Amino acid sequence: METLVYKRPESLLKDGHFTFCPGCGHGVILRIIAELIDEYNLQKDTIAISSVGCSIFLEKFFNLDVAGASHGRSPCVATGIKRCKPDKFVFTYQGDGDAATIGFNETIHTACRGEHITTIMINNTNFGMTGGQASSTTLVGQVTTTTPKGRKAELTGYPLHAAEIVAKCEGTAYSARVAITTSKNIRQAKEAIRKAFETQIKGLGYGFVEVLAACPTNWHLTPVESIERIDDIIEKVHPLGVFKDVTALEKA
Amino acid sequence: MAKVLVKGNEAIAQAAINAGCQCYFGYPITPQSEIGEYMGAHLPELGRTFITAESELASINMVIGAGTTGTKAMTSSSSCGIALMQEAISAMCCAEVPGVIVSVMRGGPGLGNIAPAQGDYFQALKGGGNGDYKTVVLSPSTVQEAIDLTYRAFHLALKYRNPVMLLADGILGQMMEPAEFGEYPYDDPDVSTWALDGANNRPARNIVSLHMPEGAMEALTNRIFEKYEKIAQEETTFEGYKLEDAKLVLTAFGTVGRIAKAAVNKAREKGMKVGLFRPVTLFPFPEKQLQETAKNTDMILDLELNKGQMLLDVRSAVFGACPVEFFGRTAGGLLTPDMIMKKIEELYSKLGTKTEAGVN
Repeated sequence: METLVYKRPESLLKDGHFTFCPGCGHGVILRIIAELIDEYNLQKDTIAISSVGCSIFLEKFFNLDVAGASHGRSPCVATGIKRCKPDKFVFTYQGDGDAATIGFNETIHTACRGEHITTIMINNTNFGMTGGQASSTTLVGQVTTTTPKGRKAELTGYPLHAAEIVAKCEGTAYSARVAITTSKNIRQAKEAIRKAFETQIKGLGYGFVEVLAACPTNWHLTPVESIERIDDIIEKVHPLGVFKDVTALEKA
Repeated sequence: MAKVLVKGNEAIAQAAINAGCQCYFGYPITPQSEIGEYMGAHLPELGRTFITAESELASINMVIGAGTTGTKAMTSSSSCGIALMQEAISAMCCAEVPGVIVSVMRGGPGLGNIAPAQGDYFQALKGGGNGDYKTVVLSPSTVQEAIDLTYRAFHLALKYRNPVMLLADGILGQMMEPAEFGEYPYDDPDVSTWALDGANNRPARNIVSLHMPEGAMEALTNRIFEKYEKIAQEETTFEGYKLEDAKLVLTAFGTVGRIAKAAVNKAREKGMKVGLFRPVTLFPFPEKQLQETAKNTDMILDLELNKGQMLLDVRSAVFGACPVEFFGRTAGGLLTPDMIMKKIEELYSKLGTKTEAGVN
């Protein structure tokens, strides 16, 4: 007797093909999101908001309604949608250049308002789609096309720690940083996104999950080296963890 | 319903509520802050949404979110605040997202001042946003017309899935006059064929403004421009006042239109045949109607509270059929009927002596 143990989520388009570079983290996260939307049977009630960057082409992958947003404004578009359709499931899918750089003001205010939406922020510590320029989350010393000798703190300051700052906002129900470098932490990442989704479903407030993801093309590393860089270097600057979980507070 | 004494900004806000506006997203700026205050006082008790956003960027993008669900939503701002919304207005035109934007003009450029002005005609009509697009722009000259055009703005936004701007100025926003709130007179279209509400028993939809395949963006823009042509054919409106025998025609929009009308009456009292052509829709601009008017008059005098912005559209419409003169003040300087009258007398005395028509 055969048992189906692995299938394509219904929330991904049957004829959709990921267009990401080899070793890129986006595909794993998009699949996790699609699996969770299937598990909660939310496909018919979901509106996803894309952003600007490698995160933009959601409608080419998801079998879901998608609204596009301009640079950094996805949480505003999500706010408008959720306030009009409070019974729908609304999430934004953004990168660090979008959610933590040009749109961090919007991210923070959305968190403070406690909007009942979820943000998944892919942090690959650079502007991936435009060719690897330094973003607000770029590590000190990191070589990018705009910091060819490495980011110097005395010139451009220090990396922004999005998940920790979002956690400080009273309207935030859940904020965490995860990685997808091993099977174990991919499972943990899925559980974190599940928590962030559940805070929306239960109406507890804003959910935010920052996912450290590889960008081998712009890091000029192989996919394997990129994963090692996340585990060995990036996690020391952007540590993994749950920075806020109101459901845990309730239990305590 | 009886007439009430009402301030322009509050009239616009109440008209939006009457029109079924479910959400207001805004950021305070003089001289239109009463719109947000009125909405903040009334929308929550109606069970509707009011948010003071973190910026004008956020406000207009919240309007986009509401618009993608087919819900009536509005923002309002002034001059430098409207400047911040231009990226989103371009995106709304591209992705065909409805929404209403109230622009209550103040003095500029820059932060300028908080005095009334009309320096944002170009901003509203020629766009600070990127690409080929057109915003429908309605221009009220009285508080009553502000109410009626607010109703029309919500209707046109949904009918054509396009942003509609109500272009007012600080005079209209701050003045009180008697006006009547009639019932919202429009039947709005069904939005269920395109609005985002989850892919329930239908294929997934998207409302986005990025179209990368070769030729896709050009094809989309061509299709949207066919829509603009339809809007021009079906929605163009203007007010003509004593045009039938006018030798000199004043052109003016918004509050300058009513000041100019007072000047027309003064001129008529002195026996001068002066009329007024006041565009109510700035896009679509009443181009053909103004050209017909120009063919039957000796001269046009364009009046604006700026350095001559609608003037370009006036000249384009007149297309040499008669001379076009300009008189204006800017950045808070006001025109009075007496100032306009002086200019009328100066030009009217020259009319008989002119031997050739042309654009000057």
